[in-house]
Amino acid sequence: NSAPCLIANPIHHLQTKRFSIGILPDGVNRSSDNFVQNSDAMERLLSDLQSHINKVLAGGGETAVIRNRSRYKLLPRERIDRLLDPGSSFLELSQLAGHELYEDPLPSGGIITGIGPVHGRLCMFVANDPTVKGGTYYPITIKKHLRAQEIAAQCKLPCVYLVDSGGAFLPKQAEVFPDKENFGRIFYNQATLSAQGIPQIALVLGSCTAGGAYIPAMADESVMVKGNGTIFLAGPPLVKAATGEEVSAEDLGGATVHCKTSGVSDYFAQDEMHGLALGRNIVKNLHLAGKQGMLSSSPPANLEFKEPLYDVKELRSIAPVDHKQQFDVRSVIARIVDGSEFDEFKKLYGTTLVTGFARIYGQPVGILGNNGILFNESALKGTHFIELCSQRNIPLVFLQNITGFMVGSRSEANGIAKSGAKLVMAVSCAKVPKVTIMIGGSFGAGNYAMCGRAFNPNFLFLWPNSRISVMGGAQAAGVLSQIEGANKKRQGIQWTSEEEEKFKAKVMEAYEREGNPYYSTARLWDDGIIDPADTRKIVGLCISASMNRPLEDTKYGVFRM
Amino acid sequence: YAPPGTTSQQQRIEKILVANRGEIACRIMRTAKRLGIRTVAVYSDADKDSLHVKSADEAVHIGPPPARLSYLNGSSIVEAAVRTGAQAVHPGYGFLSESSEFAQLVEDRGLTFIGPPASAIRDMGDKSASKRIMGAAGVPLVPGYHGSEQDVEIMRLEADKIGYPILIKPTHGGGGKGMRIVQSPNEFVDSFLGAQREAAASFGINTILLEKYITQPRHIEVQIFGDKFGNVLHLYERDCSVQRRHQKIIEEAPAPCVTDEFRTHLGQAAVSAAKAVGYHNAGTVEFIVDTKTGHFYFMEMNTRLQVEHPVTEMIVGQDLVEWQIRVANGEPLPISQDQVPLSGHAFEARIYAENVPKGFLPATGVLHHYHPVPPSSTGEVPMLYAGSFRVETGVEQGDVVSMHYDPMIAKLVVWGENRAAALVKLKDCLLKFQVAGLPTNINFLQKLANHKAFEEGNVETHFIEHHKDDLFVDPNNKVIYEDAYSAARLGAKLVAACLCEKERSAMKESHSGDPSLLPIWYTHPPFRVNHHAQRTMQFECENEYESSSSKPLMLSITYHPDGNYFIQHQQIGENDAHILEVKASNLGNDNFIVEADGLTMNVSLAVYTKGQIKHIHIWHGPHHHHFRQKLGLDLSDEDETQHKTSFETTSHPPGTVVAPMAGLVVKVLVENGAKVEAGQPVLVLEAMKMEHVVKATSGGVVEGLKVGAGQQVSDGSVLFRVKVSHFEFGSWN
Repeated sequence: NSAPCLIANPIHHLQTKRFSIGILPDGVNRSSDNFVQNSDAMERLLSDLQSHINKVLAGGGETAVIRNRSRYKLLPRERIDRLLDPGSSFLELSQLAGHELYEDPLPSGGIITGIGPVHGRLCMFVANDPTVKGGTYYPITIKKHLRAQEIAAQCKLPCVYLVDSGGAFLPKQAEVFPDKENFGRIFYNQATLSAQGIPQIALVLGSCTAGGAYIPAMADESVMVKGNGTIFLAGPPLVKAATGEEVSAEDLGGATVHCKTSGVSDYFAQDEMHGLALGRNIVKNLHLAGKQGMLSSSPPANLEFKEPLYDVKELRSIAPVDHKQQFDVRSVIARIVDGSEFDEFKKLYGTTLVTGFARIYGQPVGILGNNGILFNESALKGTHFIELCSQRNIPLVFLQNITGFMVGSRSEANGIAKSGAKLVMAVSCAKVPKVTIMIGGSFGAGNYAMCGRAFNPNFLFLWPNSRISVMGGAQAAGVLSQIEGANKKRQGIQWTSEEEEKFKAKVMEAYEREGNPYYSTARLWDDGIIDPADTRKIVGLCISASMNRPLEDTKYGVFRM
Repeated sequence: YAPPGTTSQQQRIEKILVANRGEIACRIMRTAKRLGIRTVAVYSDADKDSLHVKSADEAVHIGPPPARLSYLNGSSIVEAAVRTGAQAVHPGYGFLSESSEFAQLVEDRGLTFIGPPASAIRDMGDKSASKRIMGAAGVPLVPGYHGSEQDVEIMRLEADKIGYPILIKPTHGGGGKGMRIVQSPNEFVDSFLGAQREAAASFGINTILLEKYITQPRHIEVQIFGDKFGNVLHLYERDCSVQRRHQKIIEEAPAPCVTDEFRTHLGQAAVSAAKAVGYHNAGTVEFIVDTKTGHFYFMEMNTRLQVEHPVTEMIVGQDLVEWQIRVANGEPLPISQDQVPLSGHAFEARIYAENVPKGFLPATGVLHHYHPVPPSSTGEVPMLYAGSFRVETGVEQGDVVSMHYDPMIAKLVVWGENRAAALVKLKDCLLKFQVAGLPTNINFLQKLANHKAFEEGNVETHFIEHHKDDLFVDPNNKVIYEDAYSAARLGAKLVAACLCEKERSAMKESHSGDPSLLPIWYTHPPFRVNHHAQRTMQFECENEYESSSSKPLMLSITYHPDGNYFIQHQQIGENDAHILEVKASNLGNDNFIVEADGLTMNVSLAVYTKGQIKHIHIWHGPHHHHFRQKLGLDLSDEDETQHKTSFETTSHPPGTVVAPMAGLVVKVLVENGAKVEAGQPVLVLEAMKMEHVVKATSGGVVEGLKVGAGQQVSDGSVLFRVKVSHFEFGSWN
């Protein structure tokens, strides 16, 4: 009965028939036990996350905050808020860096970093928190600072340093001073970023002592705030000890000295607000700095986009807390991409890896999501898909939930190592932006193949339920107890099953602790733990920031065939 | 010989030159237009772009801003009329409207003066002469001295005869200028001399008359109209008792609490007065009514259309400007006395640019926001020609209220079936009348209209003085202060939400067209990882009663994911934990719909910037609040020394006295280095033809006095400083 209709009104016919390629189904059974359990578990995880976040948002404690305010200084996040375009978003990175890492708490690692727009231009902000240990650099502080510079280099983002720091944390000088990725690297990066035309802007809003003095000194342009801002290689006490000269901090290295006499700073600010306004003005005047070669390369994102058809909040109920529980990654994709539209590539082949094209906030993306263990076919499919995307300059989004590659004789005989290597080669060499979200387990070589930290994704975020380790705790306990048992046997020592269980529990406990997202995020193995419901938003912002660069040709190494 | 009337019919007026400015010029032109008569405006340099010029078919420039060189320059106005071919000149009120010389000049050039005969103006213009004529015509007069002898000693003896309190009044002019009330003989000489000086400055003639001062009087005036055939009728009375600085601010018609019998007597007396001087055209006979005895006395006759003529128009349903033109054309009055209807009740409130707490001093400034009552509140009454409310105005948003002319911004006129109904409308319209940019008396008018005694119709000329405790906020009154403060805090919260919403709309517009600006970074609410975006705003509440020490209001605004704003006060030492959830929708043009605490309301904002300060006005519910927000420093000056000056502009060292208004220094009473006592007059300023004595704020030595007589000073400029001297401290021991 469709034939007359087709003749009468072919368009109508097509619409009613709706061969809707690409619209993903809901994929969620809201009445299932899993749904309810996962929701409850995630709610607990998110409330934990919120309590940790609330602590770091408070900075270095009430006394320090009050002292800061009494000097008419804002907190670092407030400073960034005032630099940002009014009402604009801010993608903060590694909020929980330094979490339970040292004897004393070091909220956010003592430094706030993130990306946001100023006069329509995305910038990387690096803001010392003077309420946390006087803004001094702990090892993790340096790591976070360097990570921000790394992203800035990758995404060609002008850097705005909000300097208010006492320099290196001296008791840990051995861990912060000498090595390659230590304090000196900050200045090295400033120099090399500037050389690439990526603007380096320093706002001296507080003290800037010793090594810290080089941050404004190495900057392209710098602002100093009268009264609060000081720059000197050695502070008044050290000067007195060294030369006997007695001089006040303001006279030694205040804004007046550096803006009028030494020329170390370029803009004189009456107060902090004025300084921040001057900072905005500097960005306004950047014009094409750092944009060489990218004017024609990035096609404007499609402004018209549809929200996903399904509630993004349901992502909180999809991710299982038990990593053995399988779920279809398409239900996650359906809640991340525009209009839940996903054009799946090689849907019927290598089904444990889901690949396909979609848009996020109008920006084209290629998505790779795990739907189980990686087999030969899945790895080959992934490699093929990455090649497609890099040729088309489509950024890649990895949704990691992977226990690893298939093991066993059949798999080895099929050359799983070879297939895995192809995928790793493609992931490593593809010169398109990559964003990795760990939505479940991230174990073994699966972490590598799905663009783990070592593979330089532009951004990497974790869901609170995720786990990272070389293998699962239980498997590790099994492997280690076998080895230990064999050792014991060789030494002729009797190993009771009770002792073995104890041994296993200890291993599992260590894996559980070290595989925990907080353990990871504290050490900056990622860029932060996020609420699953924010995934779409954050991936969208990451892609937008990452596309701010000129096109690069991808060149692969030798693929083992 | 042609019979009377024929010549006039041959020369029917087809084009009128309006020898005035502001609302009255616009008002006259409106009627003229309706009658198909073309109009010519005249304007000074200050009025080049003003509404009355835009309203006219043609406009002629007549001189520089000061009135005596432009709107008082009769010959150049008549020249303008001749040049543009106007057959008639309408003088409006004020300026040349009561100048018999001008009326004569107009007639001499063969033009029609739309007003009474020059002789009547002359007779009534001299207050002493007018009283003699009225006395002879049997119109009751207040006991007083109207003689030509002007010697201060003789006048003092006359004053003793009449008995105190005494009213000293220039024989010429009006509007309360130069008037003085003297309570006791020892104040007489100073007041008399002051009145003479002010009269000379304002009217060029300094003759003075004395009158018994009636302590609880009402000011009731009768609108009369005469034609050139000797017919005179009255259009009932107006009560203009509510006055400040001897100037009317709320007028009404008919007068409340008056019997029909009284009304008839009053009308008859007014008609007799007009007939006694051979009057034609519009005129007003003012009476003073002693509320204690119920007697009324003739005060003066105003030989022109009055400011408050609309209230009469509203109750009789006639267009008095049309009548004026028809009478000038030689037509008889359109109706007879028994045909004059009396319907309902009307009020007029005069909206002034003035500083109410500073003694109603005239204010100047830019009308940054000017929204008279929105048209939606007009209810048409088909019977009456102008509906149930009118706003008579001569200004538009963006105009400047200058120091050169009267600071009246508009007249709000409302009509109702009866006094109570009209009063409800008056209150409503006052609430909706939005002016921002300069201080106005709107708030004060609201207090007046809401006062119980006013509601009851118990008006008298000292109404404001008698009820000042209710009408002026005493900053020391804790209860009122707290109420005002909590309303202001709510206002600040709503302002914060509206500003965020406004910013959001602006952002949406500016980024929607440009894909390179990354629209996803500007979605609403702004995104933050694992927390909500927050911001703080700091306002200072501009309280018209304590301009110096306003409390800063710190607000923290949290953007919630659903787009609502959670707003909280961050006040040190105050526990306002209440978080107000506000949903704001921008309707455009700074109008918003706001939902807060389950209450949905319309809110209007006016935002403008003056110097380093952003001014934000909000009208919400019955409230109008004015907040200031400090802007960041001007980025063009990076030099330290340049900034110094901009920092110091707002605060002056203690003892500094600044000009309370823009004006002319007429007299400097002390020299630099002179020792003065607190309250001692130091110099005399004149603005809007009102003298204002600037006094020492404290005892000490005058320093830095740089101004001299004849010098123009601007509002807020430093006049001098009083340094507390060591002698002063010494003398206490």
